[in-house]
Amino acid sequence: MTKVKTLADLKKLRENLQDKIHVRESGEHPESTIQVKVAMATCGIASGAKDVMTFFVEELEKRGINAIVTQTGCMGYCYAEPTVEVTLPGHAPLVFGYVNNRKADEIIEKYIKNGELVDGIIPELYHSIDETGKEK
Amino acid sequence: MKDLSLHVLDIVQNSVRAEADTIKVTLELAPEGKLMLLVEDDGRGMDAELLTRVGNPFVTTRTTRKVGLGIPLLKQNAEQAGGSLEITSEPGRGTLLKADFVIRHPDCPPVGDLPEVAYLMMVSNPDLTIIFTLKSLHDESVWNSEHIRETLDGLSIQDPEIREGLRDWFQSDYQLFKQNLLLLS
Repeated sequence: MTKVKTLADLKKLRENLQDKIHVRESGEHPESTIQVKVAMATCGIASGAKDVMTFFVEELEKRGINAIVTQTGCMGYCYAEPTVEVTLPGHAPLVFGYVNNRKADEIIEKYIKNGELVDGIIPELYHSIDETGKEK
Repeated sequence: MKDLSLHVLDIVQNSVRAEADTIKVTLELAPEGKLMLLVEDDGRGMDAELLTRVGNPFVTTRTTRKVGLGIPLLKQNAEQAGGSLEITSEPGRGTLLKADFVIRHPDCPPVGDLPEVAYLMMVSNPDLTIIFTLKSLHDESVWNSEHIRETLDGLSIQDPEIREGLRDWFQSDYQLFKQNLLLLS
């Protein structure tokens, strides 16, 4: 197959993959899917969150882990950017700080694959901000 | 921000948070040697009062922190490169942001990895229509997430082969745009 250069080429590629039934059920069963949210507000982006997100998108696919990778806003931990929130099915979300590609690799291998905790977890306090309406 | 693509990634989040359905990002080369960035959305817009304040780094609609640097940083980068930033908005209709840069100016930022940024934005916002347009004097390329979704017909944009294909497509358009940019610099 030649390289895709237009939407028409993409259509051909899609047709060649016709028999592939790999349809991602994004959003339909969020509670049973691993969710990775990369904080990508100004602070996250300036600290390199884009590369971290690319890493998660590529590596989770390569390692055969079905997960939804998405962007989120700033959680108020600008000092610890890039931050990543990982939600395993049936678990409360965990936020990791200072995530670079090496840390991301550790998060995938240890936490996502085996549920083992790794260093760099930020206590999840941000709910209280919304709940009390306080700005801090 | 190291390059324009990162600003795009950042500024578009404003449109996402303003509940836009369609976001148009346009990079245009003007013959007089300017690089223009336009971000247009159909979100909830801003009133005149907020509009006068968004250039202030101490203004944000967030409650998690007290500063908002997205627009001020882009404004600073545009002004440093001999350009300017301008925002027009109407409550309930949407917002249009325009920034321009003098291409020959030594402080004109590089465009950066726009293909990857476009891809990540489409992965992150599967429910939105995101339209990237790269315009040069004689060439125009459009990446429309709605058309891509229709074409993929249920297959994930994150499928490795699709990802590879999209990346090749965006890259080839972007390389053409960069060549045109180089002609003006």
